[in-house]
Amino acid sequence: MVKKTAFYLLLSVVLAYCAGPIIWQILTSVKPDQELARIPPLVTSHPTAAHYIAVFSGYPFMRIILNSAIVALSTTILSLAAGSACAFGLAKLRVRYKSLVLAFVLSVSMFPPIATVSPLYLIIRFLGLRDTLYALIITYTTFSLPLCIWIITNFFRSVPDEIYRAARIDGCGPWRIYYLIMLPLSLPALFTAAILVFIFSWNEFLFALTFTATASSRTIPVAIALFPGLHEIPWGDIAAASVTVTVPVILLALAFQRRIVEGLTSGAVRG
Amino acid sequence: MRDDRGTGFTAPAVVLLTLVTAYPLAYVLYLSLFRKMVIFDISKFIGADNYLYMLHDARFWNALENTAYITLVSVALELALGVGIALLINRPFRLKAVARALILVPWAIPTVVSAKMWEWIFNTDSGVMNYLLGARINWLGSPFWAIHAAVFADVWKTTPFVVILIYAGLQVIPRELFLAARCDGAGPWQIFRRITLPLLKPVILVVLIFRSLDAFRIFDTVYVLTGGGPANTTETLSIYAYKLLFQTLQFGYGSAMAVVVFLCVGLISVLYVKMLARESAW
Repeated sequence: MVKKTAFYLLLSVVLAYCAGPIIWQILTSVKPDQELARIPPLVTSHPTAAHYIAVFSGYPFMRIILNSAIVALSTTILSLAAGSACAFGLAKLRVRYKSLVLAFVLSVSMFPPIATVSPLYLIIRFLGLRDTLYALIITYTTFSLPLCIWIITNFFRSVPDEIYRAARIDGCGPWRIYYLIMLPLSLPALFTAAILVFIFSWNEFLFALTFTATASSRTIPVAIALFPGLHEIPWGDIAAASVTVTVPVILLALAFQRRIVEGLTSGAVRG
Repeated sequence: MRDDRGTGFTAPAVVLLTLVTAYPLAYVLYLSLFRKMVIFDISKFIGADNYLYMLHDARFWNALENTAYITLVSVALELALGVGIALLINRPFRLKAVARALILVPWAIPTVVSAKMWEWIFNTDSGVMNYLLGARINWLGSPFWAIHAAVFADVWKTTPFVVILIYAGLQVIPRELFLAARCDGAGPWQIFRRITLPLLKPVILVVLIFRSLDAFRIFDTVYVLTGGGPANTTETLSIYAYKLLFQTLQFGYGSAMAVVVFLCVGLISVLYVKMLARESAW
């Protein structure tokens, strides 16, 4: 009995530690301005939507959310397309220098973004892609590829080779095997990769900060980091903006918890 | 089927990776040999001068020290907390799925949002941290506290990742081992020390690789939380490189700094991969 109480006590401490800061942010976002500067009260007795209204009317916030959504969705689709094709080649076909390609893909996942940000900036400026969403989509797609290829290759390898051979004997070419058999079979793995890539692109900051200049291409993390304040930092507005953009990822995390865990542990844990 | 050529399938990914990562990497090495100020159209080949200058740049050594300190302390804390939490939830209990989902939340939210959140929590006058502690600590304004506030925010954000991996590692340890140990009269600490920990070692190594590499290139959390201040006491290598590149626009020296970050990260991964190889060979 004592043991059980101790367990639940510890568990609540852990959960409070994980969720506490976000709950505090939610509480802050509905506090009227004059209550922000002092505690107590921890919880306001006059909750207000003023900060949410300010965020959506005072800043081009809708546009920024839209930018992030476009970037994250395009990145997800593109990196899944290129990643699954590459995974198919690596898992089932003859590719010259296969181990070299694999080593290259893996080493890219260890690249520090700061190491490539200055040349990429110059290239993007040269191509006239600065302050466009294309710059972000291309960069994110590339940096998501290692993860996609890793997860999907592992899955493809578990698909029996007999399926491939049987289809081949029936006269099906590699391309048709890829999109008629392998892709439908690997939907769970594709989905896992998709969630991880989406969250990565939704959250990325360094490249977004460097490649964007105005609200026409800014994404959510940049907008929140550079939140404009005239005299004081508008903590209430920042909290409202944060809560608004965090809710979608939290919902994703809650809904697809098992997929995310699968993706993160894929390959890292051997039985 | 090994006769079917797969080059066409791998080509798009390989081309993208080459153009957007390998080519820029060569380019950054090239840039690092120049004195280059983009807006003034200054571009002069100076060989290894940027690297030689770095040896005497106190701000570089300071950034390196900060980065190493943040990496060591946060990875150690994350590992300890991660193993603790994973062991805690490694048993059946009611609403386990909900608890696991909640633990995942800090990992899922944007790092910038988490940094802003902690900036508000650490606010001296109206932050909830000082309220809870009944103190008036200038968390982000004093050198000693600022770097630890950054570590704290980083640990909060990344512990879930460690929990997930360690928890998955626990699942593959055969139950019989624990039962046998208990039959033989081993206590909980002995079981942890002699069975759980040794069997978790490969997973722990993998966690250490991922987390050390990530912590060493830390940017978002510190950039938003303190901007490297006060007086550069929280400035990490990535932040210093970024400031050189995009605030003072020194593309040559900034690129040299970026190359050094790359080399450090490469060195760390080689060390770990060697350890991992020895582990699996054994």
